[in-house]
Amino acid sequence: MSLIELSAFELVEGLKQGQFSAQEVNSSFADQVDLHDSKLKAFLRFDRQECLEQAAKIDSTGSKGNLAGIPIAVKDVICIEGQKTTCGSRMLEEFVAPYDATLISRLRKSDGVFLGKTNMDEFAMGSSTENSAFGRSCNPWHFGSVPGGSSGGAASCVAASLTPLSIGSDTGGSVRQPAAFCGVTGLKPTYGRVSRYGLIAFASSLDQIGFFARDARDVALILNESAGHDQRDSTSSREPVVDYLGSLGSDLSGLKIGLPIEYQSEGLSDEIQASVVEARRVLESLGAEVSEISLPMTQYGVAAYYLIASCEASGNLARYDGAHYGFRANCQEDQKSRSASSTPPDANRLLEMYCQTRSKGFGPEVKRRIMLGTYALSAGYYDAYYLQALKIRRLIQNELRETFTKVDLILGPTTPTPAYRIGEKSKDPLSMYLGDIYTVVANLAGIPAISFPAGFSTEKADQPAMPIGLQLQGPAFAEAELLKATWAFQNATDWHQRRPVLDGVVG
Amino acid sequence: MVKSKDYDLIVGLEVHVQLQTQSKLFCGCCTSFGAQPNTQTCPVCTGMPGALPVLNRRALQLAIRTGLALNCDIATFTKWDRKNYFYPDLPKGYQVSQFDLPVCGAGYLAISDPSSRLESKPIRLIRAHLEEDAGKSLHDEAGGLSDTRIDLNRAGTPLLEIVSEPDIRSPLEAKAFLSELKLLLGYLGVSDCNMQEGSLRVDANVNLHVLNDDQLSVATPIVEVKNLNSFRAVERAVTYEAERQWKLWQQDKLTIDQRPKQTRGWNDAEQVTVPQREKEESADYRYFPDPDLVPIVLTADEISEYRADLCELPSEIRLRLQKDYEVSAYDSDVMVNQGRECVQYFEAVAKKTNQGKLAANWIQQHVLQVINDSDCEIEEFPVNVDRLSSLIEKVHAGELDNSRAKDVFQAMLTDPSPLEQVIKALGIENVADDELETICRELLEQNPQIVTDYQGGKKQAIGSLIGQAKKKNPNANPGRVRELLIQIIENT
Repeated sequence: MSLIELSAFELVEGLKQGQFSAQEVNSSFADQVDLHDSKLKAFLRFDRQECLEQAAKIDSTGSKGNLAGIPIAVKDVICIEGQKTTCGSRMLEEFVAPYDATLISRLRKSDGVFLGKTNMDEFAMGSSTENSAFGRSCNPWHFGSVPGGSSGGAASCVAASLTPLSIGSDTGGSVRQPAAFCGVTGLKPTYGRVSRYGLIAFASSLDQIGFFARDARDVALILNESAGHDQRDSTSSREPVVDYLGSLGSDLSGLKIGLPIEYQSEGLSDEIQASVVEARRVLESLGAEVSEISLPMTQYGVAAYYLIASCEASGNLARYDGAHYGFRANCQEDQKSRSASSTPPDANRLLEMYCQTRSKGFGPEVKRRIMLGTYALSAGYYDAYYLQALKIRRLIQNELRETFTKVDLILGPTTPTPAYRIGEKSKDPLSMYLGDIYTVVANLAGIPAISFPAGFSTEKADQPAMPIGLQLQGPAFAEAELLKATWAFQNATDWHQRRPVLDGVVG
Repeated sequence: MVKSKDYDLIVGLEVHVQLQTQSKLFCGCCTSFGAQPNTQTCPVCTGMPGALPVLNRRALQLAIRTGLALNCDIATFTKWDRKNYFYPDLPKGYQVSQFDLPVCGAGYLAISDPSSRLESKPIRLIRAHLEEDAGKSLHDEAGGLSDTRIDLNRAGTPLLEIVSEPDIRSPLEAKAFLSELKLLLGYLGVSDCNMQEGSLRVDANVNLHVLNDDQLSVATPIVEVKNLNSFRAVERAVTYEAERQWKLWQQDKLTIDQRPKQTRGWNDAEQVTVPQREKEESADYRYFPDPDLVPIVLTADEISEYRADLCELPSEIRLRLQKDYEVSAYDSDVMVNQGRECVQYFEAVAKKTNQGKLAANWIQQHVLQVINDSDCEIEEFPVNVDRLSSLIEKVHAGELDNSRAKDVFQAMLTDPSPLEQVIKALGIENVADDELETICRELLEQNPQIVTDYQGGKKQAIGSLIGQAKKKNPNANPGRVRELLIQIIENT
């Protein structure tokens, strides 16, 4: 059995028992990257040498961290000191992070090996990774289809066995949706559960670092090392961290699961609806009680989400102005326009630099959202848009709090459709936004949610069978319950064990 | 109130105070002044991608302390907002400030001037809120206009912005407000208020209330004057603006509704205000709550604790000194305005000598004069509490007359010996009565006219003889000389 077929948990066990070395593990995955990533384009940067050096150090020092020698791919939105961190944007093409994100420091202490930085939609804005300034990533199940987004690269590389673990970020579904599209397990923890320090902000009140792995046990493994309060992040929680690995089990007796009737909406593919029905049956067989519930406020989620996220983004992305770091447009403005203007030449030149830098440094989707957010925060519109969106957010939070007094978890689809073909939606931002209908609610409410493989679509003329992901949502800090239910489901099914065939080479 | 017959001057002040914290408002960087550019920075205050702010609780404490001393309502719920604008010295593209829920709400600061040029009056405060400072743009003249450099050492330094109601009616009141505020902040230990280093910055909003053609009172457009780097600049800029706006009103008759607020800068060299770019007026800062920071909740108990923790305030000390030591309002004002150290020095001397009034006089007339001329601190003043007390005791006991005591005081400034030795070194000693009597008899014999005048009722006539006695023997005690002179005249 090849090492790349093992889960992170199995690799940890094998490394502990000396069955293989960290260098062997890492060179196996590095080989897989070398073999396939030229087509997959999951990684923006991958340094085999650097990765093997980290592994060699772990072998030679006999490091005993809980992730000792385990390769981890990192979405290029998280700062690693001394490494380029681009956010998939021209704006940060040459930006080298001067510090480690708190999560990176923690995983270093656990002796994880950082394999490389993965592709993403620019500043995490998008659902297909087509918005990356550095080219698209592919879905390992069909290179003509998108891997989802914005953490498309991070999902794709786990699905293609280029790494057992990867880190993404989820602002409106950016971990769960690509997890569903690529057939892997993806967790968005509770807001505040994992420090955001060093996660380049898109929408601060919604952003949360999340994890990709093959199964819930691997997610529990890395969450154990990542969760906890960070004094550098004012919004990180002081809620005690539980042992997520230790909480896993296979008996779901007494677990109450709600199935929102609103999630069976128009636009949901029949195949995904069928997977929900099948998953219900499996969960019931494990002892869970599944009942229908109603979440009427959730239909306003996408509208509220796009307003709040864009408003916050318009502020968060203001720092990319060419003055201090990152891209600066080279503007030799023509003298005529200067002398014709009434403003002083200095002010004019500064304005010119800002405009050129931001026009050339940002891609169209980022500009669209900055403009949307700026507009919604402007005098005279604030109350009608931003404030209104905050009210909806509060109503959604209330509705969920109320719901979780009756059920423990909520089951539903992660996405309305499986992965679509590259280019299919990139010209229609609105239809792409609507693909986030099931995922944005968890971000608005700050609750944890997990997407896990639960079936496949049927093969079509222009697309093979694609993975289907379902989502479980829980109340704040219910990661252990989500992981336990998912792990129990995965013990009873084998969807999560299916691997794509890459170029005729079985991964 | 200074009331011109032509108009009422209306002034409101916005004061930015740099709080005396070790570290910045949202990161651990040092706040000391004068370091090499960009050496006191980190990912947070330089706005690096992914960096997050964490509140410096000390800055919040100082803000609450100041608010309580300014009689402000302290918010039980306060939050942070982003003020969005682009400028190279603002690395995040927004300033973290407080918009609609400032930490300190309405309050007031009473101003007065015991030299009676000003009536005592409260200046109401609208609010005081915390915010982070921006960096500094350094325009390199040598490099031409193209070369602007940014120093972010100051970026993120905690500022408390104190905003007054337009209650100030004259340049003098503006200065009195700022002086009292600065004094208070010094007593509270919240700011060093060093204007040269930018620890205290003032903007003044100025307009006039005038009578229009229908003899109705109307307001003229508001002008905000920025770049006021000293209290004198505030006083002069307000004076200048009053005159300028009065002339302008007579020409254009524009009222507050007919012209947007204008920003002008004070040109200290020319002593004029000059228009600044009006671009800022149209700015929409798009304030919204900063999602990276959590709101602050303060309980009534916590606020009470802060209140109990407050030190005695200048206005309270002034009243107490008058009451406890029977000094005048003017005297207590001078000493309180000098600072806490002076008050402590005074109280120690007053208690030791039991002579409050005398101690106050000595401190004002002699000690403070030397201190203010030589720029030394009262703690290191060579005539310490014990030495001044023993000197005052000698004066009070009549062992030293005032003019000799002044000589002794001067000598004590450079001579650290005990008082008795200093006195001796100056050749000051008590003159025996019989020696004094001899001098007095001689003088009276030489000046029969004075004896006649005295006997005729002009008692003050003997004053000139006292001076002459001191010439004959500088140690002659003027009081004793007077007594002896009268004794001799009346017994003859």
